[in-house]
Amino acid sequence: MNVLELTILLAIGSFTAGLLGSLTGLGGGVVLVPLLTIFFKVDIRYAIGASLVAVIATSSGAAAAYVKEGFSNIRIGMFLEIATTVGALCGAFLATVVPTKVLAIIFGAVLLYSAYLSRKPRTRQERNLPPDPLATKLKMNGSFPSEEGGMREYNVQKVPTGFGLMFGAGAISGLLGIGSGAVKVLAMDQAMKLPFKVSTTTSNFMIGVTAAASAGIYLARGYIDPSLAMPVVLGVLAGSMLGARILMKAETRILRVVFALVIVVLGVQMIYKGMTGTI
Amino acid sequence: MSKDWSDRKIEDIVGIILRVGVTLSAAVVLLGGVIYLVGSARSHPDYRTFRGEPTDFTTFAGIVRSAFHLHGRGIIQLGLVLLIATPVMRVLFSIWGFAEERDHMYIVFTTIVLGVLLYSLLGSGSAF
Repeated sequence: MNVLELTILLAIGSFTAGLLGSLTGLGGGVVLVPLLTIFFKVDIRYAIGASLVAVIATSSGAAAAYVKEGFSNIRIGMFLEIATTVGALCGAFLATVVPTKVLAIIFGAVLLYSAYLSRKPRTRQERNLPPDPLATKLKMNGSFPSEEGGMREYNVQKVPTGFGLMFGAGAISGLLGIGSGAVKVLAMDQAMKLPFKVSTTTSNFMIGVTAAASAGIYLARGYIDPSLAMPVVLGVLAGSMLGARILMKAETRILRVVFALVIVVLGVQMIYKGMTGTI
Repeated sequence: MSKDWSDRKIEDIVGIILRVGVTLSAAVVLLGGVIYLVGSARSHPDYRTFRGEPTDFTTFAGIVRSAFHLHGRGIIQLGLVLLIATPVMRVLFSIWGFAEERDHMYIVFTTIVLGVLLYSLLGSGSAF
């Protein structure tokens, strides 16, 4: 296969990943690395580098649209970014010493967990929680436009737990070159009890900054190959932008089930390849 | 409340920074991609084995030099650097925004985040 053919195939694959990722809300980044390593036989380090820059592109593109709607909380985002960026630095340093077999196995486990999380029914958020002294001190409590009209107030809970989990989310992002939305959901929905819309948009907002923290290290270590990253970044970006545009009209329930199954299959493959050392 | 108004202003400008950054870097990557493909469409790349990239693509000086020689791959890499710089610009601007609001606590938090980002880009592997 010559460069032109390979570039076209990479762009089509990345476009599909971006489109499905944004339609299902699961993010395209999580399937990029398995797509590149399993189907295109790319070394996992090059795959992680390309995926990471694609994640910056999609999250910045999406965040640009979200901030205008007033759902994201820039204070919570900025405070938690201290944890995610330090975590991302640690993750990126770890990535350079962890054997690629182990990387593949961890990646597979994260894929399986993401699929599980996407099928788990969303627990109803308790409303009108009492204000937490630390969250109040950090000026995190806020309000957002609710479906019923008007503004809905919310009080943020368990800041230290959320902060600790976000360090983990950053480390996974830096280690695997993904947005690690799954861990962010744990931290912001389960621990800090943010309303669903606030947590999704704020976490999207944070992903770009988190990824930029590890991108510098990846770039310096030679993980980011321009000719591989080019079709991947442009493909994912175009796919996710189209996905966001048709999201309102599309029926995504069946699509979500199918995409979750794809993620499970890819996760099992990554673990198998890691264990047999064929990655 | 003036504070809410100011928060909204910050959010608007952040939105613009992100949109301009992503659009600009995508355009540069695309331009580099076209030049690269025209020049070497028939070569056979190999991503199966990891070799790491030459300093032309891992250091800021190397990337700029390569891009100014109109090498396709150098221009792509310059576009990717612009993409990585986009969230950094956002953080930098947020410091200014919190300063406008005289929110000292969040100026400190944002400066820490900026410090970590700059360490990654400038300090760690000496990419720049």
